Amino acid sequence: MCETCGCTVTQTGTEDAATVEVMGRLLNANDRVAAHNRDHFNSHRVVAFNLMSSPGAGKTALLEATIDALKADFRVAVIEGDLETDNDARRIRAHGVPAVQITTGSACHLDARMIHDALHDLPLSQLDIVFIENVGNLVCPASFDLGQHRNVVLLSMTEGDDKPAKYPVMFRAADLVLLTKMDLSPVMDDFDPLRAEKAVRDLANAAPVIPLSARKAMNLEAWDAWLRAEVARIRTLQDTTSEPHEAHHNGHHHHPAVA
Amino acid sequence: MHELAICQALIAQIEDIAGQRASRVRHVCLGVGPLSGVEPRLLENAYPLVCAGTIAEGSQIEIEETDVRVRCRVCGAEAIVAPNRLLCGTCGDWHTDLLAGDELLLLRIEFETREDAVEASHV
Repeated sequence: MCETCGCTVTQTGTEDAATVEVMGRLLNANDRVAAHNRDHFNSHRVVAFNLMSSPGAGKTALLEATIDALKADFRVAVIEGDLETDNDARRIRAHGVPAVQITTGSACHLDARMIHDALHDLPLSQLDIVFIENVGNLVCPASFDLGQHRNVVLLSMTEGDDKPAKYPVMFRAADLVLLTKMDLSPVMDDFDPLRAEKAVRDLANAAPVIPLSARKAMNLEAWDAWLRAEVARIRTLQDTTSEPHEAHHNGHHHHPAVA
Repeated sequence: MHELAICQALIAQIEDIAGQRASRVRHVCLGVGPLSGVEPRLLENAYPLVCAGTIAEGSQIEIEETDVRVRCRVCGAEAIVAPNRLLCGTCGDWHTDLLAGDELLLLRIEFETREDAVEASHV
């Protein structure tokens, strides 16, 4: 075993050269930090949700509505990922909860190390839920485990109902798919929520698909109910398991499976 | 373009594994599945840039691209499928398990051993 990453290393060779068979995951270093983040969350009984979507799908608007709905029952904080500006963090703070802004510069995704650094700026012992708003991008964020418990992927109806077929890696990683901006459905009649759901099933993903509108407060109860059920479920696991890697038992898949 | 970040992780792993023993890395082989989220062509382009100034400078990168394979939970059949249609090839059901196709692995490193370098410097 390789000491650094735990992969299988066997060496063969001649006098002048050697070949090492490694069979190790390329993102081992990221995965290790992600597991460490997950331990942090679990030891503080904090549940972490990673929100991913293309830019402008409505992640921040959804969080604003969600914070207002959860505030009475849960202590919430948000980690915001953007290339530039702290506009989103300021929008979140206006709702009275802590927000840490990560500006990635040109980086197209958050990685576990950035989340680890951001956690130092959050009072984890005084929190119940952390939302991570990933960089708006349907490609790169899907490859990096952050230590979250659940992945939520937003698909706004202006993007088209075939997005899951175009971005299978992202939508396969989703534990929940939210179809957002559904208040636009009278003018966007070519978007079929059932077709979007079928495209998710074609990825062998059983994740619930919930249509909603944050701006017009349509069907937010279904999202709220899902969140509360997942928080309860993850907390039960956090309370009963001495091994805190509840969502990381399968070394092959780096995204936590639906529990 | 997260391929650059993935290449940086690759170089760090090569240095961890071969750094003590190698004078120069010749060849690196990766296994990449279509559902890994990584584009092999972009990885190949990023590799020489990230290698510059490291033990892997000038090395060749080879990428073995794997198929997406699923096993049906309903009828048990296995099939090679498209990355966005993970359906059973026999009964068509979507309740399948992924057997292969999301891997992102460092398979093999070939390098010149350090003793060589010592000998070569004496010539």
